[in-house]
Amino acid sequence: MRSLCVVFSASCEKHLTTTHPICRAGLFRTPLLRRSKSMDFILASLADGLLLGFIYGIAAMGLTLIWGVMNVINLAHGPIIALGMFTVYLLFTFLGIPPYLGVLLAAVFGLLLGIVIYVIAVQRVIDAPHLSSLLATFSVNMIIIGIGTAIFSTSPRNIDLQLWSISLGPVTLQGTRVVASFIAVLVTAGLYYFLYRTRQGKYIRAVANNRAAAELVGIPSNRVLALSFGIGAMLATIAGALIATFLPFNILAGGTYELKSFVIGVLGGLGNPVGALVGGLILGLLEGIVPTFTQTTWVPVIEFVLFVIILLVRPNGLFGAKQ
Amino acid sequence: MKTLKNHLGLITSLVIVILIAIAPIVSGNAASREVVFTILRAIVLASSLNILLGYTGYVSFGHIVFFGFGGYVGFYLITAQGQSLWVAMLAGGLVSGLLAYLLGKAILRLRGAYFALATIGVNEAVRAFINNFEPFGGPTGMTMNFSVYQEYGGAMKALEMSFYIMLVLALLVIVLSYVVRTSKFGLGLLAIREDEDAAEVMGVVAPDAKTWAFVLSAIFPGMVGALFFFKNGSVEPLDAFPLHTSIEMIVMVMLGGQGTVLGPILGAAGYQRMRGLLVTSPIFKNIQLAVSGGLLLLIVLFVPAGVIGWARQRWPKLRRVLQ
Repeated sequence: MRSLCVVFSASCEKHLTTTHPICRAGLFRTPLLRRSKSMDFILASLADGLLLGFIYGIAAMGLTLIWGVMNVINLAHGPIIALGMFTVYLLFTFLGIPPYLGVLLAAVFGLLLGIVIYVIAVQRVIDAPHLSSLLATFSVNMIIIGIGTAIFSTSPRNIDLQLWSISLGPVTLQGTRVVASFIAVLVTAGLYYFLYRTRQGKYIRAVANNRAAAELVGIPSNRVLALSFGIGAMLATIAGALIATFLPFNILAGGTYELKSFVIGVLGGLGNPVGALVGGLILGLLEGIVPTFTQTTWVPVIEFVLFVIILLVRPNGLFGAKQ
Repeated sequence: MKTLKNHLGLITSLVIVILIAIAPIVSGNAASREVVFTILRAIVLASSLNILLGYTGYVSFGHIVFFGFGGYVGFYLITAQGQSLWVAMLAGGLVSGLLAYLLGKAILRLRGAYFALATIGVNEAVRAFINNFEPFGGPTGMTMNFSVYQEYGGAMKALEMSFYIMLVLALLVIVLSYVVRTSKFGLGLLAIREDEDAAEVMGVVAPDAKTWAFVLSAIFPGMVGALFFFKNGSVEPLDAFPLHTSIEMIVMVMLGGQGTVLGPILGAAGYQRMRGLLVTSPIFKNIQLAVSGGLLLLIVLFVPAGVIGWARQRWPKLRRVLQ
């Protein structure tokens, strides 16, 4: 039997394209062959992770912007991401609106939704202890999930969108993922421009820096806070909408991305939008690397252990500003 | 008589719990016993959480981790090691306490929202770890052989016994909660809640006090976990670490009044009753979660002190009774 194996493995290696069933089953691959395959696997996995990382990045940016401006951790972030997914899905399935136009509409919807949530739930507890704002946003989470589950149930949905794909050697990049991460980069650039070059953006930064001082120089802080919450929610819906173009989802799917956003936010420093993008890329790469040496199911263990460690060692993030 | 009068608050609380539990004991109705069992379980969990949340002012969003972890350890001891329920409960409580001690040493250095985020991370990390941990059955969990119940006089008897054990646990946790609240140690915790830095200046050793509060709040959930999954007959990661139940515990504490002995009891009983009504009513069945969320939002925005807190403010004379 042993000699047979050797014979087969030799012939497998020689004729890579052979169609012999034993070779095809991959039972007798030599170590050399296995290694080159795993190299391909690592590259493909890394590329996927990196592309996904940009989108994680903007989801986390929404969370971290809200934290940075008003010291509120938005526990309704996940459901808002899910609503972004469903906006694109519903527009596409029922009205036939193309998904990338849907992303734009989801962004507008997110902005308005965020402002509404701020006015109803956040405004009154903004100066209260953390427990109040955490619970207020969490009750918004429960309301959205409750109504969403009643309407859409929790069955998985997906948007059937096929684009081109590029092959670079062993790596095949899906068009949908490439476009989505490109949009994510554009959104980041847009946010940066908005925060640093426009009057409203400067207001937001001023309020984040020192609300009392901002009010003294005549900035309408409550309106600015509402706008910031709206933009935070908008980033969440954009992230959700982009994810929906290439991954299946349901109404509860936002929760996973919310938890990832926490991890990323802490990684990059809460309140630091650029840090969030870098944190997103790190997390994406991590998700790409981990499956190459152990089972995929260990990814969350590593993520959350990393999360807790970073919280303990550098609570302001890897490249966090001093506080 | 004098001592009785001094401990009126404790007596009121104990009497209320016994009143809640009396109906199924008298009628012997198994269905209502099950309902009361879940209420008692909620009382134990909420009162335990109250030691940390209400007295010390630290929000643990992943408190259910102690319930699940204790439950898993207890279940493992019963099924794989052939130990009795008593050993399992004791071990469940002890390992949960130990886990809390180790975690407390590490993450209680974080304050406010950072601590809340870290507890979410811990819960997810432990769940993801158990998901991958083969001795505990991995993602499918473990099931109990029916013959285990023979030792306790058959499954029916075991169910009935679980109810009485849960009642005893509920009474014990209330005594603990009361003792902590009226002790010097509890006074230190309340001082930490109001202003941690000032408390330290006044001689409260905040890190130690916080860690012990965390340990005390973890022991009973661990024991309840062991008991609950013994009665349940099976355990799996999604049942053992539902992030959602952690939040429900917070809702119960907030509803009744954080930082009081009686508050979590009323909150737990009221919340479970309401949930039961909503789940069975044809109109609200599907949006039960949304209704709970809306209720929570109203409490947080308008009655942040909870029912008991409000009553204590409204009628100062009742303060002796409503502790």
